[in-house]
Amino acid sequence: MKTKEIKKSPIFINVGERTNVTGSAKFKKLILNGDFAEALDVARQQVEAGAQIIDVNMDEAMLDSEQAMVTFLNLIASEPDISRVPIMIDSSKWSVIEAGLKCVQGKAVVNSISMKEGVENFKKQATLIKNYGAAAVVMAFDEDGQADTRDRKVEICTKSYDILVNEVGFPPEDIIFDPNIFAVATGIEDHNNYGVDFIEATRIIKETLPFCHVSGGVSNVSFSFRGNNPVREAMHSVFLYHAITAGMDMGIVNAGLITVYSEIDEELRERVEDVILNRRADATDRLLDIAEKFRGEKGVQITEDLSWREKSVAERLSHSLVKGITAYIEEDTEEARKEYAQALEVIEGPLMDGMNRVGDLFGSGQMFLPQVVKSARVMKQSVAYLLPFIEAEKAKSGGISTKGKILMATVKGDVHDIGKNIVGVVLQCNNYEIVDLGVMVPYDKILKTAKEEKVDIIGLSGLITPSLEEMSQVASEMQRQDFTIPVMIGGATTSKVHTAVKIAPNYDHPVIHVLDASRAVGVASNLLSDTLKADYVAKVANEYQDVRDRHARKKSSKNRITIGECRANKFPIDWATYTPPKPSFLGVKSFDDYDLGKLVDCIDWTPFFRTWELAGTYPKILRDNVVGEIASNLFHDAEAMLKSIQDEKWLTARAVIGFWPAASVGDDVALYTDDNRTEILDKVPFLRQQIRKREGSYNMCLADYVAPQDSGKADYLGGFVVTTGIGIEEKLKEFQATFDDFNDILLKSLADRLAEAFAEHMHQQVRREYWGYAPDEALSNEELIRERYDGIRPAPGYPACPDHTTKPALFKLLDGTNNAGVTLTDSMAMLPTASVSGYYFSHPKSQYFGIGKIAEDQLEDYAKRRNMDLEEARRWLSSNII
Amino acid sequence: MSDQLKQALANRILVLDGAMGTMIQRHKLDEAGYRGTRFADWPQDVKGNNDLLTLTQPDIIKDIHRQYYAAGADMVETNTFNSTRVSQADYGMEDLTYELNKEGACLARAVADEFSIREPDKPRFVVGTLGPTSRTASLSPDVNNPAFRNITFDELVENYTESTKGLIEGGADIIMIETIFDTLNAKAAIFAIQKVFNEMNRELPIMISGTITDASGRTLSGQTAEAFWYSVRHANPLSIGFNCALGAAELRQHIVSVSKIANVFVSAHPNAGLPNEMGEYDESPADMAGQLKEWAASGLLNIIGGCCGTEPSHIKAIAEAVADEKPRAIPEIDRHMRLAGLEPFEVIQQ
Repeated sequence: MKTKEIKKSPIFINVGERTNVTGSAKFKKLILNGDFAEALDVARQQVEAGAQIIDVNMDEAMLDSEQAMVTFLNLIASEPDISRVPIMIDSSKWSVIEAGLKCVQGKAVVNSISMKEGVENFKKQATLIKNYGAAAVVMAFDEDGQADTRDRKVEICTKSYDILVNEVGFPPEDIIFDPNIFAVATGIEDHNNYGVDFIEATRIIKETLPFCHVSGGVSNVSFSFRGNNPVREAMHSVFLYHAITAGMDMGIVNAGLITVYSEIDEELRERVEDVILNRRADATDRLLDIAEKFRGEKGVQITEDLSWREKSVAERLSHSLVKGITAYIEEDTEEARKEYAQALEVIEGPLMDGMNRVGDLFGSGQMFLPQVVKSARVMKQSVAYLLPFIEAEKAKSGGISTKGKILMATVKGDVHDIGKNIVGVVLQCNNYEIVDLGVMVPYDKILKTAKEEKVDIIGLSGLITPSLEEMSQVASEMQRQDFTIPVMIGGATTSKVHTAVKIAPNYDHPVIHVLDASRAVGVASNLLSDTLKADYVAKVANEYQDVRDRHARKKSSKNRITIGECRANKFPIDWATYTPPKPSFLGVKSFDDYDLGKLVDCIDWTPFFRTWELAGTYPKILRDNVVGEIASNLFHDAEAMLKSIQDEKWLTARAVIGFWPAASVGDDVALYTDDNRTEILDKVPFLRQQIRKREGSYNMCLADYVAPQDSGKADYLGGFVVTTGIGIEEKLKEFQATFDDFNDILLKSLADRLAEAFAEHMHQQVRREYWGYAPDEALSNEELIRERYDGIRPAPGYPACPDHTTKPALFKLLDGTNNAGVTLTDSMAMLPTASVSGYYFSHPKSQYFGIGKIAEDQLEDYAKRRNMDLEEARRWLSSNII
Repeated sequence: MSDQLKQALANRILVLDGAMGTMIQRHKLDEAGYRGTRFADWPQDVKGNNDLLTLTQPDIIKDIHRQYYAAGADMVETNTFNSTRVSQADYGMEDLTYELNKEGACLARAVADEFSIREPDKPRFVVGTLGPTSRTASLSPDVNNPAFRNITFDELVENYTESTKGLIEGGADIIMIETIFDTLNAKAAIFAIQKVFNEMNRELPIMISGTITDASGRTLSGQTAEAFWYSVRHANPLSIGFNCALGAAELRQHIVSVSKIANVFVSAHPNAGLPNEMGEYDESPADMAGQLKEWAASGLLNIIGGCCGTEPSHIKAIAEAVADEKPRAIPEIDRHMRLAGLEPFEVIQQ
């Protein structure tokens, strides 16, 4: 025979064999018991251990093999960690193979076909495999039986090859020959050459039959040494070493049961080699002589990477969720349940954290759909475990059985429901009752069912773009039928913008876009909470109004109007019937060393907690289920520090306020040196909203709140700078020196709150006394925080007057640097940072608003009014320019 | 493959049509418009069943085909995206499946012939479209039971067999399996087509076009572009490519992937950009054509068209943009075993 260069794969392809009921007792037991979840873990472990293809075999008399193959392959399809590799569908029954071929989307390998039932049957099966799109293992087997000698192996493989390539049109590269590996060292002399027969046949097949592959079940070779793994491992290694050299490029091997050829004990290797290569007549006896010596040696054990099991229970739960592993979910859930006061907290804490991570990974394209579905399943199992405990806790507390009833539907015209189902599962996991109407649901059915079932929320889903229109239709119809329950909107093409702009305006009650499944629970719980709903709905309504405003502004230049048109639509105040109040003094007044005790009661604590990334409203946050304890501890520390701040005079509060005769001139407010109003002291320039307004809304500008020059009324404008940051640097240095980050941040955050409190307190003093237009005002701190008073104190750099560069003029008027000890940086920041400055407007109709985006014409006009370079103005106002 | 098609593909980049749905929406048909007289008393709502318009508003459909051919398309797709038994069952119209396919192909055939007679130098082709159906054979619709499937391979084969027969009988030149988000569905379609070819003793070229759904770079069922090609390569198709879900900018990388490894023609029909916040596709003809001209110049394309949001103006701009560009040369690919799970697995022999 002519020697050719053998083409072979540089890497031996390892086919995982442990998902094979004929080869693994453990796997067989799992399948017979119907424990498919564990069986999947076996498959996953194989892939993790490096199997490049996994062999699945369900040939067991006690099984409905076809059904078991279909079920297991369908399950694998839902496990991306496993199904990333190709599948080898392994059965001696054609019907099982064909059932398997109908379940795999990838290009699989059939194991196996042969000519044992004749050439016609072989051709028929090969044609079908070609049409299903799979490669095939072809056994060296014909009607006369399995080929055992080198020549018969070669003869059958060559004939098979000709039929496949020339008659069936089977791609030669998709043929994998299995020339049969038989056991050696059996004591039967005829068997002694089986290793050599295989190796030699392999060499010839690879030389003469282009593009094909050679594979085999390696563990067969060592069958007579069952129970002695060290010897078997050595036999496998030696056999593979020689077979691979001959061109074998694939094998069914338990990767854990191979040792490295060069690391085999020298004596053992020599005697094994004698057996495999049939080098001497007494080879079997000589191997048996020393075999017992090696029996005790621990076989190579395969281990999956379990390092994640060392982590905290929350991290383990998160890992299981992200990876979709169910094996440990019960024990981890139980451990978590013991750690938390209530079973429900396990769901709301670590499980939801894990699901949020899944949601984030999905959203950023790092996980894909089957994984998410799988994660939901892990979640569900964990919840299922917790449910009895939750029920028991409820029975004790006498609570209701579910948190609410939610109707879910994919709207008419749309059939996509995978996302909707995920949301349903996640909500169910969180103790909501779900009424799922399925897909293509017309609005009348949705609304009729909603009434009959008395649901608390309607969830609408859709993937395709026309569904967006249908959702708007549902919302309009709910409005017409006087519904009041909230609507949740979800699905791939939905967006917050679309929901805010197109759907929500059709319905007077909440319509909320839910970005993804992991957010659904948060939205639903807010919507159904007695205590949180009002705030939440108001917050979303505001947010959506902003979205609509932004969208309207962005949408088209049609909505942009000229500054002239805006001025014509100024805020109307009937000055003829109004007399502005006169301040108790004109000019400035400063306050040194203001009593901090008066400010402590004015502190608005909610933003303080937000600084510390604790979400919630004071004082409710102190009793919050999740962060309550942390919030309380922090509050306690804050109170202690506040006491030190006062007792030990860590901080000094200073302020300056001033009032000037004023009149609006267009969008400027002119300030006069005195009440004769002849000499202009300064002009304060303001910006005006420049978006097209609905009928009845105005293009606001702060100047509108001051009586115009031609109104004949004497009006005034006030200004202020307050600080509570004098002395803070020294104290901060002390903390920094001891690396006390906690107190460093605590002091800064408290000083900021005190400065805000000072501004609030000073404003009250102004209203009651210094401007004196509300001498009898008596508002609680809460009412102050909610700004239930007349007049405003907008600050430069904030939405109503976004230009920071008006600060120097204000500071000059007040001499803020000398009178309050506050300076300005080049970028118009105040030092100390715990400072607030702004203007006082007294008109009872004055209110806060945002300027939003302005157009080029206003920018030019403003720069001219300010005598400022146009490009400089553009730079400072960049975030307000279209 | 017909000689005309072979010759055309050798000489230039062929242009496929744009969206059908977008064009139908322009007519703002109401329920009555969809029903026509024949289905006036149909017991279910049928609005949205665009394929039904083949029977009830044939002039609208022909006019759309005409607009695309006039814009420069070499091939138009039949109005049969949802003409499978399982999809039509949503409207109770499963028994119309064969007729929808046959008539759908007939309409396109008639319009193609109008043009081919007028312009014999530029023969027009009819691409018989097989859509993905509304079911997925390798994903479970029930998260609690991942082994469950609401459609089997055999059911899909039956569906596609019936549709394919109709398309061939109606006069399609090419069969295209398109918008594939589950490769197992596509494999069922391939199996069915081969069966029909065998039974009818005639073969048409097959085009295969998958859908990469999002930023994950995978099909909905989780495969990479390469794994997808390895899984359908046995169809010996005329072309492989991708359509829908993504705009040209996002789709390019996946076309590059298959272009390198596929020893067949490459097709693409991207959307007119990604949907904006309002769910509209708003990439302009000039923008889209500009990007696709670059693809063509980079040697990526043999067949190019448009999917969601593209209109005759897009196709016109695209046809003009690629008119003078050379078609992609089919690369020599070594013979290796190429398997696939969700990811490709190549067994390279040296």
